[in-house]
Amino acid sequence: MDIWMRENPLTYVWIGSYAVAFLVLAVEIALVVHKRKATLQEVRQLLDVEESE
Amino acid sequence: MFYPLAGKLVPWFAVSSAILFAVGMYLGFFVAPTDATQGEFYRIIYIHVPASILSMFLYLVMAGYAALGLIFNTRLSSMMASALAPTGALFAFIALWTGALWGKPMWGTWWVWDARLTSELILLFLYLGFISLHASIDDPRRADRASALLAIVGSVNVPIIYFSVKWWNTLHQGSTIKFTGTSMQVTMQHAMFTMLAACWLYAVAVVLSRVRSIILERERHTKWVAELPEVAL
Repeated sequence: MDIWMRENPLTYVWIGSYAVAFLVLAVEIALVVHKRKATLQEVRQLLDVEESE
Repeated sequence: MFYPLAGKLVPWFAVSSAILFAVGMYLGFFVAPTDATQGEFYRIIYIHVPASILSMFLYLVMAGYAALGLIFNTRLSSMMASALAPTGALFAFIALWTGALWGKPMWGTWWVWDARLTSELILLFLYLGFISLHASIDDPRRADRASALLAIVGSVNVPIIYFSVKWWNTLHQGSTIKFTGTSMQVTMQHAMFTMLAACWLYAVAVVLSRVRSIILERERHTKWVAELPEVAL
């Protein structure tokens, strides 16, 4: 690992830090979008139940 | 008022953030010169430093909103605090992760129990504690109050992180960016501040999106939510 990182510093920096960081941010965006859809669906269901009552 | 405004602002912040990320990466990898002592490894700072700054800044903003919610009983403040915590935690994680990646080639180790690193790790635990405490209490108002106290007490840690390199003899280098200025090379500064702006805009976009979901969830029994076009679909 030590030898590889010194021979390929830019790959190490790219994959190790930037790819991981952007992956983390992408997962967060996906979770926020999912939460939004789930909440909207929940609210719609609640309103449907209230209407039918 | 806030809910539709936030909805309109999110795409602007998101697109601006994506553009600035692209520009910042270009400046950081193709324009900024190689560091004389650290070689190419120093390029980690373009994500490490903005993530560290954001992790501390977002904590203070979160604690501020939590305090407002606790003192004035304003619901939106507490919702903002809840929305800020996951993003702050992720930035703290990225700061620690990229710091470890930089530490290995520079210090010869992934981790040391240095004052700066340890206090940043405590910050991550404070974020996780805030999220866990909030999630563990069913009543949202009680959850807001309990987690607000934790956020306010934990804010003591932020100046400790910032000044740790001055107060203790740490392995972590001193601050390169200070309130009084910076000694960095100009192109490096441009890359750094562009990435900082990108991270800041990203955080605003994600937090506003998340707080909209929290508002919907908590206000679901109100008339204005029922009349929203996206709900009435």
